[in-house]
Amino acid sequence: MEQDTHDHYDHEGSKLGMWLFIFTELLFFGGLFIVYGVSRYKNGIAFSMSAEELDVTIGTVNTIILLISSATIAMSISSIQMKKAKLTIALLSVTLILGIIFLINKYFEWGAKIDHGLYPGSDVLQQFGNGETLFFGLYYFMTGLHALHIIIGMIFIAVMIVKVRNGKIHADRFVQLENAGLYWHLVDIIWIFLFPLFYLIA
Amino acid sequence: MSNSNLPNYLEYKGKYKGIFAWIFSTDHKKIGLLYLYSIMSFFIVGAILGLLMKLELIAPGKTIMEAKSYNAVFTMHGITMIFLIVVPGIPAIFGNFFLPILIGAKDVFYPKLNLLSWWLYIIGAAIALSSQFMNGASPDTGWTFYAPYSFRTQSNVLPALIGAFVLGFSSILTGLNFIVTMHRMRAPGMGWFKMPLFPWTLYGTAWIQLLATPVIGITLLMVVAERVLNIGFFDPALGGDPVLYQHLFWIYSHPAVYIMILPAMGVISEVIPTFAKKEIFGYNAIVISTLLIAFVGYFVWGHHMFTAGMSETSLFAFSFLTFLVAIPSAIKIFNWLATLYKGSIVLKTPMYWAVSFLFVFMIGGLSGLVLGAMAINVHLHDTAFVVSHFHFIVFGGVGFAFFAGIHYWFPKIYGKMYDAWWADTGWIVFFFGFLLLYTPMFYLGIAGMPRRYYDYVPEFHFANILSSFGAFIMIAGLVIIIINLFRSAKNGEKAEVSPWGGQTLEWTISSPPILENFEEIPEIK
Repeated sequence: MEQDTHDHYDHEGSKLGMWLFIFTELLFFGGLFIVYGVSRYKNGIAFSMSAEELDVTIGTVNTIILLISSATIAMSISSIQMKKAKLTIALLSVTLILGIIFLINKYFEWGAKIDHGLYPGSDVLQQFGNGETLFFGLYYFMTGLHALHIIIGMIFIAVMIVKVRNGKIHADRFVQLENAGLYWHLVDIIWIFLFPLFYLIA
Repeated sequence: MSNSNLPNYLEYKGKYKGIFAWIFSTDHKKIGLLYLYSIMSFFIVGAILGLLMKLELIAPGKTIMEAKSYNAVFTMHGITMIFLIVVPGIPAIFGNFFLPILIGAKDVFYPKLNLLSWWLYIIGAAIALSSQFMNGASPDTGWTFYAPYSFRTQSNVLPALIGAFVLGFSSILTGLNFIVTMHRMRAPGMGWFKMPLFPWTLYGTAWIQLLATPVIGITLLMVVAERVLNIGFFDPALGGDPVLYQHLFWIYSHPAVYIMILPAMGVISEVIPTFAKKEIFGYNAIVISTLLIAFVGYFVWGHHMFTAGMSETSLFAFSFLTFLVAIPSAIKIFNWLATLYKGSIVLKTPMYWAVSFLFVFMIGGLSGLVLGAMAINVHLHDTAFVVSHFHFIVFGGVGFAFFAGIHYWFPKIYGKMYDAWWADTGWIVFFFGFLLLYTPMFYLGIAGMPRRYYDYVPEFHFANILSSFGAFIMIAGLVIIIINLFRSAKNGEKAEVSPWGGQTLEWTISSPPILENFEEIPEIK
């Protein structure tokens, strides 16, 4: 902020930094996956029963949405290299909209659960056993944290749209966009693991 | 070599004035000093808390505080010392200041991210310490936040947890920054195996920061969720598993010990060759053992939990790995001693600290092996022996290396020399006080005095008096050291470019360095 003497551009270096950050994020979720694994091992039947409560359709739709959005952001990186700024912005906007749709689905999904009284500390859950309580606790915590990452990713993408429009990101200088893409893929891949763990193993 | 005519980094006029020239500066040297001043301030707080504990233990029964206050004091002492001081300590201060210089770079790879790390550090510290000033009791869980007590206690655990979480972010970003800096910004000609040893240890540390810290981050968040949202991850009453908490906690917190000690070893590896007037013995062995420590250190966390309930197989595996991780540390000790062998040793203040580091580090390390043996561990678990052991390693190791480093690099940082007589006096007083403080605790632990108790049976009185007395002497030494350095930074004699005859790059540039360190990026042959 003080001096702008550090204005060197190092594509490889910046990408390395992003990868390191992704390692951190993976281990961050890794801790949760361990807790999930141990809890499932101890409460296998309760977890299977609880998974039946989740809506596989919404889960599948959201998986497809994220996969498509990963494709569109990857295409935007290719298009900036081909000097097609308008196409880049269009593709990024599609990614952003898909992210919003994902969150809207999530909102209705959570809303329905909470309407049924399935939330941590609820009376309904307390009538079930510990396994069910843990399942829904993990479900809200892990998908909630994932949704938070979706929001961060969307902010990242929105900034990228502005920067492409301003010409700050262009065919010779697009590492930030590529990093945004990497981050979005990370968010996607975490969901790819969350989806079967919560929805499919029933 | 003589000092440059360009303005040095302390005189350089940037966009901002006064204090803003510091807290908004992206200059790695100024950020290093920001860390130095903030960490030293917290260190004084932590040391006073420690002194209060020793004052309480000077006699059996209640001396100056109740059991509850004692619990709060040792918790805050632990949180401050671990999360605010020794974990960031050497990498954030000396790493920031000297890493770019040692590899011949103008700054770190992400200067703004570097400043953000400091801000996160300050914010995290403020949140953690705010637990003292809120309504309700201050945290009393110990720095380990063990479940299920950490979500049953009515004290202000929440701000402490969130503060530690934010501090973790600061640590991760520093590590990330350092790794990219070392990968991309080494001066032309400086291959990986031409890099000085201090950067190498920072490299190993940075990977641990990056890969272990997120695990504690998520674990602390889960405890927050336990308290706020009533999700029972670790609560047996809700189906959770409290031992699982211990595993997750130590998966970070054991490697964190290596976050603390590796950079300390790096400082020692710089100081010893300079004052032995010899090249370091076995450079490759030190590099490889550094990386080995970083790697094996991931797999020994279970030795904190020998009495917590684990399968016999895991007990054996963790005990075996604990012995294994001692080997690379011993290799380093061997290399340092071999460097001293037949060297022309010059005994100056940094060297006094370095050789006393070897002494206390050996005691700390060997007592660690005692604890790594399962049968003995059952007897010594949660006794004063453990407290003594980790103070020898963490305070003896990191603290002594830190003081070696500050006395070694002080002339470069401020361009002034310190008063050597007072510095040496401070060292001997501190060293003596340190030994008197912690040695009796080995005995107390073997005799059966548990840790974290404000009271003890009369049989332990004498050893406790010795220990408390040692604490006062050590603090006196600390006061001498700090006052001397503080005064010398203002009024010391002007330092030469290379007052000790060091061979690394920082001794080729002016004292204090100019804004971007080098007038011309050096080429390494």
